[in-house]
Amino acid sequence: MNIKNLLKVALKALNNNKMRCFLTMLGVIIGVGAVIAMLAIGQGSKNSIRSQISEMGSNMIMIFPGAERRGGVRQSSEDMQTLKPADYEALRNQSTLIANLTPSVNSSGQWIYGNNNYPSQLQGVNSEFLEIRQRNVTNGEMFTEEDVKRAAKVTVLGKTLVDNLFPDGTDPIGKVVRFGSIPMTVIGVLDEKGYNTMGQDQDNIALAPYTTVMKRVLATDYLQGIQASAINEENTEATIAEITDILRIQHKLKDEDEDNFTIRSMQELAEMIESTSAMMTILLAAVASISLLVGGIGIMNIMIVSVTERTREIGLRMSIGAPGRAIMMQFLIEAIIISVTGGVLGILLGAFATWMISAIAHWPVVIEASSVVLSFIVCTVIGIIFGFYPAAKASKLDPIEAIRYE
Amino acid sequence: MPKEIIKIDNLKRYFKVGDETVKALRGVSFSIYEGEFVTIMGTSGSGKSTLLNTLGCLDTPTSGQYLLDGISVQGMGKNERARIRNRKIGFIFQNYNLLPKTTALENVELPLLYNSSVSAKERSERAEKCLREVGLGDRLNHKSNQMSGGQQQRVAIARALVNNPVILLADEATGNLDTRTSFSILTLFQKLYKEGKTIIFVTHNPEIAMYSSRNIMLRDGRIVSDEYNSDIKSAEEVFKTLPVDTD
Repeated sequence: MNIKNLLKVALKALNNNKMRCFLTMLGVIIGVGAVIAMLAIGQGSKNSIRSQISEMGSNMIMIFPGAERRGGVRQSSEDMQTLKPADYEALRNQSTLIANLTPSVNSSGQWIYGNNNYPSQLQGVNSEFLEIRQRNVTNGEMFTEEDVKRAAKVTVLGKTLVDNLFPDGTDPIGKVVRFGSIPMTVIGVLDEKGYNTMGQDQDNIALAPYTTVMKRVLATDYLQGIQASAINEENTEATIAEITDILRIQHKLKDEDEDNFTIRSMQELAEMIESTSAMMTILLAAVASISLLVGGIGIMNIMIVSVTERTREIGLRMSIGAPGRAIMMQFLIEAIIISVTGGVLGILLGAFATWMISAIAHWPVVIEASSVVLSFIVCTVIGIIFGFYPAAKASKLDPIEAIRYE
Repeated sequence: MPKEIIKIDNLKRYFKVGDETVKALRGVSFSIYEGEFVTIMGTSGSGKSTLLNTLGCLDTPTSGQYLLDGISVQGMGKNERARIRNRKIGFIFQNYNLLPKTTALENVELPLLYNSSVSAKERSERAEKCLREVGLGDRLNHKSNQMSGGQQQRVAIARALVNNPVILLADEATGNLDTRTSFSILTLFQKLYKEGKTIIFVTHNPEIAMYSSRNIMLRDGRIVSDEYNSDIKSAEEVFKTLPVDTD
């Protein structure tokens, strides 16, 4: 019996039991649909994290004072004062791999203009901060090296601050706002970026020369951090190694001493977030696969019923010369048709569910070709595995007994 | 000299049931030649079903010789026996065993589906020819559950004929039918006999022996009589005398 005839026979048998066949299929449809939708959600969130991180600068490197924090042990204030402007100068002069470099000192406080005030921060940096964070000044201009040298009282504000301090839409350029009690002239406004993956408002930001923040606001002589960018993402590792070497020499650390600073790269952060999201994806897909497994068991169940119910038919087919092989193929193909058709419909259902999720919940979703292909293969395999036992059972029937089965 | 279709020699078939051995056939020998219409008769337990299963290559004898159309059957594997059933034997069952919700034509085509040397076109042509032969030329596309018992049995006979078997094996083929329909089916068997077909008809109804050319009686796994019938009665004539059911 060739494949064409086998397919015909199987389709006819399924056609004779449309309702049962559809209900069996439903298990697979829901299982595959769930797997597709879950993978789409997982992949979508992974992609959006990746794109947001690369937007934030995937080659970004952050240097913090103090040794790596372990298990939440509180660090002494002395540990937090290990980064000095001299370290920044050393990196600037000695490094060959760093593309951009800025010191970083932050202060929290109240921004005031006229009757309006808004709690925020002031970040002391140099002009290279814009390149590192991939930001732009859309209105006005960034402060210059000259401003840094003079510790000028100028600031560049983010959109959130502008909106809160100038609610009537006044052009903030040239206006004098106050950070706490310190008057500062607004010379620029940053581009709008919205919220990042961690839920922070990237527009609630104000920049000033780091010298201004150190001398006029905080009155300190150490840095809270140094931010840098590698020439590109691939060079991040090498750049980190170079920074470590320069800083260890600068801090006169002996070979056995631990680093008294910590370096984090955006890449590391990205990997961390991605691994969390990958774990979520696996978890969701695993739960969804259970329903697929249940669907497969449903196929086996109904195929066993079908074999029992059609014992006489099997007996007859054997009597008129069907070899066991042909009987086995007949039932196996029935099972595969159920699972594969269910798989295709499940993929459609999954695509529809995915579309609903993105339309209603506005989650980022991506259906990858690989997950579709995978589901399809899994369905076929499920059909074969769960169809095999009933089909083998059918092929081993004794025709003499089978044909007299009531 | 007509061709020897079936030759069995000292055929024995024992079954093990628990510790006991049931001797269903205790040494049966006969030959059936081409063109014979043989009835095999016996009460239940006489071994006629076992004999039929063996002749039909569904079962293998414990010992003894079985030659079907000159081919030795014992020692054949399952698949070989399936093949020989497909090419050389036509089965007709008491309860017809048609596929449900399937047309007469598809039912008759069934044996040819398991013969890859027959094309789809030839398959339907042969099936149609056989259905015409049994008088169902106008019901080719009727589904099996839309037909009467007599019609279903005719479809089953057409199915048994479609592979041009060397022998037709009928197992109580009229057992489920009323008298009138039984005689119409018997008439069909007699027609096939006249056309030269070899038929074995297993039954427990002694009346049927009068319409066959030879009668073999079995009792307790042995042949008790094997007689040729020189005065074959015509089933068609009896059929004509039976009143048509008009209730």
